[in-house]
Amino acid sequence: MSFHPRIEYATFHRSERKLAELGEEFSYTPERQAKFDELVTHYPPEQRKSAILYALFLVQQQQGYVSGASMRFVAQQIRCTPAEVEDVVSYYTMFYTKPVGKYVLNVCRTLSCALLGAERVTEELSAKLGIRPGETTPDGMFTLTEVECLGACDRAPVLMINDDGWHERLAPEQAGKFVDDLRSQGYAALTGCHLDVEKK
Amino acid sequence: MFEPVLTNHVREPNAFTLDFYLKNARGYEGLRKALTLKPNDIIEQVKASGLRGRGGAGFPTGLKWQFVLKDTPKPKYIACNADESEPGTFKDHVLMERNPHLLIEGCAIGCYAIGAKVAYIYIRGEFLHVQQTLERAVAEAYRAGHLGKNIYGTGFDCDVFIHRGAGAYEAGEETALIESLEGKRAQPRLKPPFPAVEGLYQCPTAVNNVETLCNVPLIVLNGPEWFAQQGPEKNGGPKLFCVSGHVKRPGVYEASMNTTLRELVFGDQYSQGMKDGRKFKAIIPGGSSVPILLEKDLDTPASFDHIQKAGSLLGSAGLIIMDDTVCMVWLAMNLLHFYRHESCGKCTPCREGADWLYKLLMRVERGEGRLKDIDLLFGVASNIVGKTLCAFGDAAATPVLTTLNHFRDEFEAHIREGRCTLPAPWRAQQSVMAGAH
Repeated sequence: MSFHPRIEYATFHRSERKLAELGEEFSYTPERQAKFDELVTHYPPEQRKSAILYALFLVQQQQGYVSGASMRFVAQQIRCTPAEVEDVVSYYTMFYTKPVGKYVLNVCRTLSCALLGAERVTEELSAKLGIRPGETTPDGMFTLTEVECLGACDRAPVLMINDDGWHERLAPEQAGKFVDDLRSQGYAALTGCHLDVEKK
Repeated sequence: MFEPVLTNHVREPNAFTLDFYLKNARGYEGLRKALTLKPNDIIEQVKASGLRGRGGAGFPTGLKWQFVLKDTPKPKYIACNADESEPGTFKDHVLMERNPHLLIEGCAIGCYAIGAKVAYIYIRGEFLHVQQTLERAVAEAYRAGHLGKNIYGTGFDCDVFIHRGAGAYEAGEETALIESLEGKRAQPRLKPPFPAVEGLYQCPTAVNNVETLCNVPLIVLNGPEWFAQQGPEKNGGPKLFCVSGHVKRPGVYEASMNTTLRELVFGDQYSQGMKDGRKFKAIIPGGSSVPILLEKDLDTPASFDHIQKAGSLLGSAGLIIMDDTVCMVWLAMNLLHFYRHESCGKCTPCREGADWLYKLLMRVERGEGRLKDIDLLFGVASNIVGKTLCAFGDAAATPVLTTLNHFRDEFEAHIREGRCTLPAPWRAQQSVMAGAH
């Protein structure tokens, strides 16, 4: 998170956005409720709050972002106040408080990736998609953001797509084609991450 | 001759399965042996081996375990720090993805040694694919009776749970990790009390790095002498080095700490030298938070003590190598963007200082700096060091202090000529982008 006003073209600070409208009433689907009830048992009974990050990830899986109503729902599940939930949501960078595109392109911008052209990758993606980092395309397909070190520096430059897809060694020249591939093939266009020995 | 033991199988198919681990890596023999020993004997063995924490501080693991409060009715915990976020570090990524059972075995032995029944593996939220491998491995271990109730009929119970983080560099600090495990913002606590006395849920807790715990089964199995022999005195054991940046073959390399930085960067079995035949300029030897070393320091063995003597720190052993196209003002600015973004905001010097430094560096990089900005940079950075609850403040000031120390002439040239004197083709081309980075 960051406490400082956004500098033009700097990293996308989710935290500074105003909290989302309450939105529609929220509750988990039965499978997600069961998953949550199982995850809570990992912690001592009086420490339900430990499951808050998992609870919020389940919300985000279900509706794509964390709305005000869903924070209230999570507060009931955890048995804490909505303010405590908002406190957590606003701190961690992986929670979105507004809807995002189908594919969120998280470009790693920290040193090792930057040395191998991550800044150029962001530029190319930005030009291809016609949006600046932090914005979503009008068709709701892509959100472009820059993130800090993703922990795969030997495969630089690295992209994380949403929170479950990875693409490695994306040369700036390939960025345009990468977007087209992603649009047409979805996750099949991704290289995955690290020693995927079995697939090769 | 050094034999890799942590990563020797990682490139083989199905190395992450239980069957493979049992067949090829003497899987869970360490745990079986440990359960025949007294918990205190294990702590003594780990102490004798000289195993030092692999997360960054290099604190002796045996001592850390010994400090965990023994006579208390409260439960005890192991919190495994898998929140690998230090720029330039990716060793735990490989270990967890390709050798997850070694970590699980290490967690179980650690629990037995300190008298805990539960280990939480705090993994960063971005590593979902690693977490899935780890979860599969934990389920396999439960099914085969290596985890759960009454393991091997010895009456020892151990649970391993995986806790997913959600994107916070600060969660890698041990007390911040505990706060995050408790479901709060990842902000550090005032120490003392140390986690060994009051940690997770106010109970005694040992916080250990993934690589540290992975070494424990090997120490139990092969003996502390074997471990201590590999590498210089007090820096024993296998070590994973993460090499990234402008080298031909970046990657994770396992070596003893006798290996010099030059071998790791230029050695044939390691990174094979500089990319595109360019000239070496500088190396960050331990993740972005440590001072820069130069060509003249390359013959230093990559051990905690030797690198410290050379004026830097081994930290998390993330080696970032830079060639002669790298502008050092840009480098400091890139890293300060990281620290500015990741500061948890608890201590004012770090929260405000990192932002101030970033803005000053941006001004110098754009060519709008004044000569007195150099003194101001130095002054702001010096006023962060040592004035924060955790080591983050020092880490945030380091890139500025170290670049000023070694490359002050580059700062002066930027100011004198009113532009970046070393623009590289791999950096952002549009001025509006370049300005903000």
